[in-house]
Amino acid sequence: MKWLSDDKLNHLRSVVSDPDFSATKYTFVKELGRGGMGVVCLAEDRELDRLVAIKVLNTPEDFGDRMIREAQIIARLEHPGIVPIHDVGKLPDGRIFYAMKYVRGNRLDEYAAQGASLRDRLRKFQAVCDAVAFAHAHGVIHRDLKPQNIMIGSFGEVLVLDWGVAKIRDDPRSSAFHQTMEGTVIGTQRYMSPEQARGEIDQLDERSDIYALGAVLYFLLNDLKVSKAAQAISAKATATTKESRYTTASELSADIGRLLDAEPVSAYRENAFERTSRWVGKNRFLVLLVLAYLLMRIFLIFTSRS
Amino acid sequence: MEPDTDIGGPLHRFPDTNHSAIINARSDDSSVRRRAFDTILASYWKPAYKYIRLKWHADNEDAKDLTQGFFASAFEKNYFATYDARKASFQTFLRTCLDGFVANERKAGQRLKRGGDMDHYQLDFAAAEHELAAHASSTLSPEDYFHREWVRWMFTLAVDAFRQRCEETGRVIHFQLFERYDLSDDEVSYASLADDFGLDTTTVNNYLAAARRDFRRIVLEKLREITATDEEFRTEARSLLGVGHP
Repeated sequence: MKWLSDDKLNHLRSVVSDPDFSATKYTFVKELGRGGMGVVCLAEDRELDRLVAIKVLNTPEDFGDRMIREAQIIARLEHPGIVPIHDVGKLPDGRIFYAMKYVRGNRLDEYAAQGASLRDRLRKFQAVCDAVAFAHAHGVIHRDLKPQNIMIGSFGEVLVLDWGVAKIRDDPRSSAFHQTMEGTVIGTQRYMSPEQARGEIDQLDERSDIYALGAVLYFLLNDLKVSKAAQAISAKATATTKESRYTTASELSADIGRLLDAEPVSAYRENAFERTSRWVGKNRFLVLLVLAYLLMRIFLIFTSRS
Repeated sequence: MEPDTDIGGPLHRFPDTNHSAIINARSDDSSVRRRAFDTILASYWKPAYKYIRLKWHADNEDAKDLTQGFFASAFEKNYFATYDARKASFQTFLRTCLDGFVANERKAGQRLKRGGDMDHYQLDFAAAEHELAAHASSTLSPEDYFHREWVRWMFTLAVDAFRQRCEETGRVIHFQLFERYDLSDDEVSYASLADDFGLDTTTVNNYLAAARRDFRRIVLEKLREITATDEEFRTEARSLLGVGHP
């Protein structure tokens, strides 16, 4: 018998840990990604003859039924900005999986890296806020919002993915799942609210998602020259204390809308000069027209005197 | 679409508890009990030997005797029938029994000399010793080392069983592809395998996918043999496969 080195052993473990869909209607095609919470695969739905993305969660066995129930709640979120869940089930080894629409396109970070303009980025971000606001209105908190979980589809549509670690608000059993996973912090450090990073699961609410949205906005603005108002929106959303953040994702979306329309935003108090500059910027054509008229009048006055 | 495996059928689920050696170790039928014991012995002797060498600082002769003695005593006294899956995994139970056995033997103050009515198992201690010398434990605790070696041994047995099964079912090429792609230290591509085996790359892809599924099934069958309940099986599966929370 041949000795298996640590590398070979780890390789075989990963080969064997590929989800076994043989008892389902799916055929494994390839792995799309792997993270702390599970693995995402591309699979073929044999009945409907279409490709789907399947997330297989590394959940403790005891929480399987609960996770299925939560996935069913998330599956009821019908919104153009939320990736639809087609199916939820349990693999023979007890792992929970859910099948969702396979979205072709770019992740938000890839989209930004391709040189999207500030206005385009803000419009996409606003669409993300609207999708998250919809989920919040239905009592679902995402908890892992980040550019890698946001897709820009082939037609420019924005889709928020990966609701696998979402929390159902006001459901004590939902939070109990994660309390049991002691020492495990759900989410991604860079986009995680302070209360989430501290593992204060019972403190998580919509404003924890708003922090993550603020961090996503910061990511989108980071490589661009932006106004103080834009910076203030990101800063307010990522305030250390929850009370200082936007109360709802809709409020954040509205502020982004005002920023796009060159209106004053709630996160930033302008001085007179900034107010004038913004007004001038917004009404540039009118200002130019008035200036041209005034110059013409001055010119006419001087020419009539001479 | 990739072809379904012909080992176990297309909708094969996990092996059921009828195949559990842990359950069968409690059987009233001595032949069933004997087979169950042989399965447990085959699955654990090597990690047990290495563990004794490492944790108890036993020399190789002492470790051989202690390993033989432990399993002989376990069979004679039917230790494994007392296992309660609600309290711990079988692996933990066996390790705890082993610690107790070695501690008692050490307390007795004399090296075991097995013989007489004691069973003496044909175990390849030389290979175990060679592995121990060539791949000494790093920074793992003895308990983690035991687990790691058990995982390694389970996969080693599974590779061997997979090879045998492929030979029996006339699917030698599946094993050869698996061996070259997943077990060899050489970097090979599907294209180079296709050239070497006179196949097209799609066939290589399909054969490898089927081989991996069959290998996975064998790993899980082996695991089922040495777990007592579904819950223990699933927990150990996640641990063995390196996913989830063991």
